[in-house]
Amino acid sequence: MKISDILKNGIYRKNPILIMLLGMCPTLAVTTSLANAIGMGLSVIAILTISNVVISLFRKLIPSTIRIPAFIGIIAASVTMIEMLVHAYVPALYVSLGIYLPLIVVNCIILERAESFASKNTMLRSALDGIAVGSGFTIGLLLISFFRELLGTGSLFGFQILPEATNMLIMILPPGAFLTLGIILGVMGHVKNKKKEELENE
Amino acid sequence: MSSIGFYLGLVFSGIIIKNVLLSQFLGICPFLGVSKKTSSAVGMGLAVTFVLVLASIISFAFYYLVLVPFQLEFLRTIAFIIIIATIVQLIEVLLKKYMVNLYKSLGVYLPLITTNCAVLGIAILNINNGYDLLGTIVYALGSGLGFLLVILLFSAIREKLELHDIPKALKGLPIALITAAFMSLAFIGFGGIL
Repeated sequence: MKISDILKNGIYRKNPILIMLLGMCPTLAVTTSLANAIGMGLSVIAILTISNVVISLFRKLIPSTIRIPAFIGIIAASVTMIEMLVHAYVPALYVSLGIYLPLIVVNCIILERAESFASKNTMLRSALDGIAVGSGFTIGLLLISFFRELLGTGSLFGFQILPEATNMLIMILPPGAFLTLGIILGVMGHVKNKKKEELENE
Repeated sequence: MSSIGFYLGLVFSGIIIKNVLLSQFLGICPFLGVSKKTSSAVGMGLAVTFVLVLASIISFAFYYLVLVPFQLEFLRTIAFIIIIATIVQLIEVLLKKYMVNLYKSLGVYLPLITTNCAVLGIAILNINNGYDLLGTIVYALGSGLGFLLVILLFSAIREKLELHDIPKALKGLPIALITAAFMSLAFIGFGGIL
């Protein structure tokens, strides 16, 4: 696989949120504001890169029968590191992400990349894959939180854009998360169907 | 804090008001993945409830008996995930040996539970909220039953949806997510009770 392919796959061809539908818990929970989405996204990029690098370094030493517990141990250690760093340097983010920060351990994306990429590739490639997939995840989070923050509070990054009368509180409540993701996936499906029809007509 | 009303409120809020799936977004992967058929949804719900209660009790004990005395609280995440993985593995081995029928009906869902955020999430929430042992058990049980209730209702709706004429672009997950949005809206309505 070429390096450009690793980047393209991670960021859009196999976008973890919009195409693969992995890691749904944090996707729905922390997307109430763009600031939260960026904090979550950066944490995932860091954790994914660390765990991919460590796993690819040890890939020849870990026996395949116990690889899943070994991977989970490595992932849990990297999550704990990032959790302590965020707690020490960005306490506001630590509070707003709440339990979803330690829950990155059970985020399917990270185990999936460990299993399907890092355990088979060299360290540099795995690091790149971690950054690419993490960025794809961040882009998905930003897309959802853009609509939720704009429609729910009328602001973007905390700056008021729409008048308060147009705020729909439901968008920042739990139902808004399901609704936004459902509609985004629906629109993507529609565009895909349109393209397919055009190809068939030609 | 330790009145009967408090514990009843905890169960009620676990099942309905602070539902794990619809208001805390824990365990969404199996919620969307294993909810196409009612029978598999029930299997998953029961397995999750069982593991949730057991894992909550053991992580509670481990946290207060081992991690706190040795001041190792920062190892919480690692310790809990290892406890959960071990419990799931043990249950699988025990069921395989002693309850073959149950093992066959739950078999597929058991390993999936390790990476279910609801189990780790509730174990961490128990510690964060400072519940005592009884509170931990009650809250875990309430959350598990809430998971079971919602995944059962949701799978019944999805079975019906299969038969209806839905716009092509919305078929499958998009319509499931929109359904979940309306269910979540309905559950918010209970918020005023407590």
